[in-house]
Amino acid sequence: MSPRNLNLGLRPSPAALLRAACLAAALVLPFAVQAKEAAPLADDPVVEQRMIAISEDLRCLVCQNESLAGSHAELAEALRDEIREQIRAGKSDKEISDYLVDRYGDFVLYRPPLKAATVLLWFGPLALVLVGLGALVRILRRRGREVPPADLSAAEASQADALLASLDRPVPPESSNKPAP
Amino acid sequence: MNKFLWPLVGFLALVGFLAAGLVIKGNRGEGGGQEILPSQFLDKPAPAFVLPLLHEPGKTFTPADMKGKVWLLNFWGSWCPACKDEHPVLVEFAKQGVVPIVGVDFTLEKGAEDTERERAKIWLEKLGNPYAVTVFDGRGKSSIDYGVYGAPETFLIDKNGVIRLKHVGPVSPEVIATKLMPAIRELSK
Repeated sequence: MSPRNLNLGLRPSPAALLRAACLAAALVLPFAVQAKEAAPLADDPVVEQRMIAISEDLRCLVCQNESLAGSHAELAEALRDEIREQIRAGKSDKEISDYLVDRYGDFVLYRPPLKAATVLLWFGPLALVLVGLGALVRILRRRGREVPPADLSAAEASQADALLASLDRPVPPESSNKPAP
Repeated sequence: MNKFLWPLVGFLALVGFLAAGLVIKGNRGEGGGQEILPSQFLDKPAPAFVLPLLHEPGKTFTPADMKGKVWLLNFWGSWCPACKDEHPVLVEFAKQGVVPIVGVDFTLEKGAEDTERERAKIWLEKLGNPYAVTVFDGRGKSSIDYGVYGAPETFLIDKNGVIRLKHVGPVSPEVIATKLMPAIRELSK
């Protein structure tokens, strides 16, 4: 719309001007608001995608249970901008996450790196499982040894032998002296 | 006896861990919600920056200007309620003239730079100015370089420009007495 079309050769009254201004504002405002939010996305979808991929594995330091990608904290926004800038500057993903680790420590990483200080974190659970398994094996073995030999009277023994003999299949030697539970 | 004792010991150990998690303040801040991060820069040279002064944007300040002095670097913003709690403590501490305090007024909010600069000036005028120098980090970039993730945060820097201590959250008289002063005395020797 050119300004000339608005004028129509008449001098507009203040009220008409106000109406026009309100109309213009009503028309433009939603776009202004939208444009502000959508701008980064439209900027460069490739950069945006990489930024999201990188920041999903990083912790927002303000709301510490949120990822940098998902947080609305101002710090997260500023850091996302920084990541975008570094992507445009041609930095690698590793360089970018190193930039953040240099400043905030491994705490920003949702996947902590394997190093001396994190060995316990990575292998602690495995060690616990092994200890548990070891204990279980030991207890089972001891229990096996602890089963007292059955104390059978001569009559019971012969009855047991008869029962066993009536079975067709060969009897494992171990269970031959155990009473039925 | 032994048979029943071990599970009990295990259970008690678990209870102990849980209780410790509840009771011990450890790395938690005063609100108890956030993990307080140890500075990555402890015992490392303070990151360099060149920032304009809040009141005279034409002039700049850089940490190297403080070489030979033990000093405090305090990150704050007029948008930060905890900074308001801290401010009178800093004003009082500055009056004692123990160490110079350099203030970094920063904001991370996009487009809020001009507002912040003006608000910070009014803040200092109204509440008193404890800072030997106040610089303005409008986009928070230098603050991020220091690993600042909130405000206020305070760094104690020694004569060689090495960061010796970091305090996250407001500096209280207690923090000064138990944390800052002993370290300052040690470093001023």
